[in-house]
Amino acid sequence: MNQKIEKLIDKKGLRLDGRKPDELRPVKIDVGILANADGSAYIEQGKNKILAAAFGPRELHPKHLSLSDRMVLRCRYHMAPFSVQERKSPAPSRREVELSKVIRESLEPAIFIEQYPRTGIDIFVEVLQADGGTRCASITAASLALADAGIPMRDLVVACAAGKVDGTIVLDLMDTEDKVGVADVPVALMPNLNAITLLQMDGILTLEEFEKAVDLAIAGCRKIYAMQKEVFKNKYVSIREVEE
Amino acid sequence: MSSLITRVRQKQIVQLMAKGKRLDGRGLNDYRETKVEQGIIERAEGSARVLLGKTEVLVGTKIETGEPFSDTPNEGVLTVNAELVPLASSTFEPGPPDENSIELARIVDRGIRESKAIDVEKLCIEAGKNVFVVFVDVYVLNHDGNLIDASALAALAALLNAKMPNYEIEEGQVKIKQGYTPLPIKRHPVTVTFAKINDRLVVDPWLEEEQVMDARLSMAIDDDGNICAIQKGGTGCFTQQQVFEAAKIAREKAGEIRKKLGW
Repeated sequence: MNQKIEKLIDKKGLRLDGRKPDELRPVKIDVGILANADGSAYIEQGKNKILAAAFGPRELHPKHLSLSDRMVLRCRYHMAPFSVQERKSPAPSRREVELSKVIRESLEPAIFIEQYPRTGIDIFVEVLQADGGTRCASITAASLALADAGIPMRDLVVACAAGKVDGTIVLDLMDTEDKVGVADVPVALMPNLNAITLLQMDGILTLEEFEKAVDLAIAGCRKIYAMQKEVFKNKYVSIREVEE
Repeated sequence: MSSLITRVRQKQIVQLMAKGKRLDGRGLNDYRETKVEQGIIERAEGSARVLLGKTEVLVGTKIETGEPFSDTPNEGVLTVNAELVPLASSTFEPGPPDENSIELARIVDRGIRESKAIDVEKLCIEAGKNVFVVFVDVYVLNHDGNLIDASALAALAALLNAKMPNYEIEEGQVKIKQGYTPLPIKRHPVTVTFAKINDRLVVDPWLEEEQVMDARLSMAIDDDGNICAIQKGGTGCFTQQQVFEAAKIAREKAGEIRKKLGW
């Protein structure tokens, strides 16, 4: 595992897994897969395997946390101990605490929180297998779980990263590209409102490269958005057929 | 948070911003008065205090020897921690770090790490066995808004002020000798934070502006004007144009700060 990877992009301009620079990894999305959650979704993006569940709007516990003018959204992003190469302790790491916060903040703009005073929604994200870009895939899945729970939303939130590896701006970095690459820019978007709800970056980019990366990430978001809607539509079409 | 501030005040801030003004008399892209004082804690290997208006942050760096990470055997280790000390604000509580202090520490960490500010290879004593570990502890002493920029600036100032102990290796053992050498710092990342209030951006928000802001955007800029870290915070959103505009202003502001401090 520890061997140095010299080239992330080959002579033909293809990446380690054979993708073109602006190509997404294969994405598979499923909704309504957990019986006990109010809403749920599962996403596979490359080797990422992530479950998201939404509970609520429901009475908030402990009660003193509830707000009289709006709902409280809570989110826990958590990685399974077996999701990464070396076992990860199940206790929440500082990274997971930060990601829980930014994922929550990326989803909250989509929800009409002022219409549900004194209640709470809990979102639980479990990363079963990690392959780079887990926060983005988590947001994509979590927003579907919210929609699946029947919570009115301004738009679905979808996220995708772009970054720089070997001097090229590429879409949807996988694990090795994320670790060895120059920069990583995760972006979450409400596509119909053109609103960026999450933006982070690490690495070094010039202003021009940064703009290019954001443009590419947004293009990626729009592709995944189409899949999100498709999966959702199909689920309810099949329900209607059963009823008829 | 916004319940602390009256709606009148919120309206006032928004109305003034439409005219390009702010409650404290600054322009939209102006920083508050910034003061940096270095070397004020003698027991620490490096220290600095930064005043950003009334926001006050103290950073101490301790340098110890320890084991490197297995994937970077010949690099020193950087650890950043932030404490929102209860005496700094009535909203801070004692106890283990909450998500706000963890986020603050990780933003400061990312700016230093991603810009490669510290020449970490020079912190290696024996590859795979022994390296210098640099602890950066951010201590917020007074909260009047924009803790991110004040903390990032204080952290860099403390690192620039830091010294590592001299050492020699005797029979495979590391022996600390008399005297110090300065910590090798190659880059000077400066973090610039914006608040989005009513669809407009302001630089260096102070507390009352933070209480009414929809969202926050922080960008760390290195010596060449490149972006090396970004963090969006808060429950609002940004347009693509706002983000690109912020990046340009951040580059300009970071340059001004670096020039003023002679970094």
